[in-house]
Amino acid sequence: MVDWISLTVFILFFVLVTVLGFVAANWHRGDLRLLDEWGLAGRRFGTLVTWFLIGGDIYTAYTFIAVPAALYASGAPGFFAVPYTIFVYPFVYLLMPKFWTVAKRRGYVTAADFVRERFGSSLLSLIVALTGILATMPYIALQMFGIEVCIAQMGIPVEAALIIAFVILAAYTYNSGLRAPAMIALVKDLMILTVMLVVIVYIPLKLGGFSNIFAAVHQHALKNPKTFHAFLSPAQYPSYVTLALGSALALFLYPHSLTGILSSKDCGVIKRNVALLPIYSFMLGALALLGYMALAANVKLPVAYGANGVVPALLSTVFHSWFTGFAFAAISIGALVPAAIMSIAAANLFTRNIYREYFRPNCTTEEECNVAKLTSLIVKFGALVFILFLPRTEIINFQLLGGAWILQTLPAVFLGLYTNWFHRWALIAGWAGGMIAATEMIFSQNFKPIFPIHFGGQTVLIYAGVAALIVNLGLVVLLTLVCRVIGLPTGNDPTSPADYEEILETPATLL
Amino acid sequence: MVNRSNQNSRIWLRWLLILPGIGLLWPPFYNTDQPELIGIPFFYWYQLLWVFLTSILTAVLYKLKA
Repeated sequence: MVDWISLTVFILFFVLVTVLGFVAANWHRGDLRLLDEWGLAGRRFGTLVTWFLIGGDIYTAYTFIAVPAALYASGAPGFFAVPYTIFVYPFVYLLMPKFWTVAKRRGYVTAADFVRERFGSSLLSLIVALTGILATMPYIALQMFGIEVCIAQMGIPVEAALIIAFVILAAYTYNSGLRAPAMIALVKDLMILTVMLVVIVYIPLKLGGFSNIFAAVHQHALKNPKTFHAFLSPAQYPSYVTLALGSALALFLYPHSLTGILSSKDCGVIKRNVALLPIYSFMLGALALLGYMALAANVKLPVAYGANGVVPALLSTVFHSWFTGFAFAAISIGALVPAAIMSIAAANLFTRNIYREYFRPNCTTEEECNVAKLTSLIVKFGALVFILFLPRTEIINFQLLGGAWILQTLPAVFLGLYTNWFHRWALIAGWAGGMIAATEMIFSQNFKPIFPIHFGGQTVLIYAGVAALIVNLGLVVLLTLVCRVIGLPTGNDPTSPADYEEILETPATLL
Repeated sequence: MVNRSNQNSRIWLRWLLILPGIGLLWPPFYNTDQPELIGIPFFYWYQLLWVFLTSILTAVLYKLKA
C-alpha cells in the first residue's frame, strides 16, 4: 500500500536537492574542466562546509540503517560503532594534516599519487588505487540499499525508484563534481539533525523513558541468551575493541574520506573539524539506540529486509506520515551524498593512477577531467547493477571484505607519511599477504568479520582486518630488512621533509 | 626532521591523544549496568561521554597549537 503523504514529502525534498545539485556548479565558480576543480572543488572548502561534507561522507545512510539493526539483532556488540567513531579522530588529527600538506605541495589528488612518489613505485600505486576502487564499489551499492529500505517502507516499486535516484545522482555529479555533494550535504545534515533530535526525545517519552526501553532489552537478552547480549560477554571483549580500532584505522584509508580531506582549504580546517565532527558520532550513538527502542516498541519488521528494516519500520510505527516521509528523505538524501563522493573518489583513482599512468601519460588536463567524469558514471552504474541483480547479503559481505582490504594499504599510505624506510617490494608483498589473509579468514568464517585465533591454548576472537594487518606489517618489516641486505634498489623519493610540514592557517573564513 | 623546534615546540602534547584509547580499549572497566544515567546503563552512556571528552581534547590541542 502506498503512503501518499509520506511519498509527497519525500519527493518534495528530493526535487529540492536535485535543483541544489545542479546549482552547485556555480558555487565558488571554478574551471570544471580541471580535475582539481571537478574532483576536489579547488581545495578551498572552509570549516563549516568541510564539516557538512565529511560528516555526510563518512556517517552514511547505510550507517544509520545498519548500526541500529546491529543493536536490534545482537545487542551490545553492535555498539562498537561508538568507540570506532571516537578512535578515528586522534588518528585524523595526527595523520591528515600531514597528508593534506604533502598533497597540496606536490599536487596529489589521490593516496595512490602520494604512494607513487614516496616509494618510487607505480606498481604499489596501482595496488593502492585498485584496492580503493574495489572497496568503494560495494560501499556505493550499500548506499543505494539505504534508499531501498526507505522507499520499500513507503510501498512504492523499489526498482523504478532506485533507477530514478541513480539518474538524478549521476547527472548532477557529472555536471557539478564535488561541489554537488558538498551543497547537498548542508541540507541533508540539517534534516538528519532534526530527525535525530525529534526521535531521541519523542520516542523514549512515548515508550515510558529509557528505563522501560532497557528493561525490554534485558528481557530480550534473557530470552535469547545465545544471540543477544545487553552487555558484552568476556569472550566478546577482544572482538569489540579490535573491530572499533580496525574500523577507525580503515575509515580514512577509504578514497572518499581522503577526497573530503583534500578538498579543505588548510590544516586548520581539518583540525577544527576533528573537534567538531564528533557531533555526528554522538548522533550515531543516539540513533543506534533506535534498535533498542524498536525492541521495546515490539515493531514488526518488513519480511524482505529483516533487521535492516528496523529503522524505517520503527519510524512509520511511531510517527505521522508526513514526518516519516521527511525522515526517509533525510536518510535517502544522506545516501546520495556519500554515493556521489565515493564515485568521484573512485573516478579520481582510475583517471590518475590507471588511465594516465598506464594508457595516456601525455593526456591533457581536460581529457583527464573528462575521463574522470565518465568513470564516475560507470562506477555508479556498476553499483546500480550490483543492487538490482545481486542478493543483498552478497553486497554486505563484499563491503565487509572491502573494509578488511582497504586496511591493508595502511603501511604504504599512513606509515608512509612518517617514513620512506619501507622497501617498495616489501610493501607490495605485505599487501599481498594481508589481502590473502583477510580474504581467507573472512571466507573461512562464512563472512563473519570475527576470526578465532588460537593462542597459547586459548582462543581469542579478533577482527580479521586487524589480524591480517598484523601479518601485513610483519611481512613489510621483515622483507624490508631482507631487501636492504641483498641490496635491491629502493625507489627514488622526490618529496622532502619540508613538504610534510603543516600549513596551518590561511585567514579564517567559515564557508 | 629539520626545523621541528621551529615548527612546533608543544608536539609532545599529542601523546594525550592516547587518552580515549586508555578509556575505551579495556571493556571490563565499563561493561556494567550501574551507575545508570536517566535509565541508560553505564556501558552505553560512558562510551557516549567519551565522544565529548575526545572532542574537547582535540579542541584543546588545536588551541595550544600542538
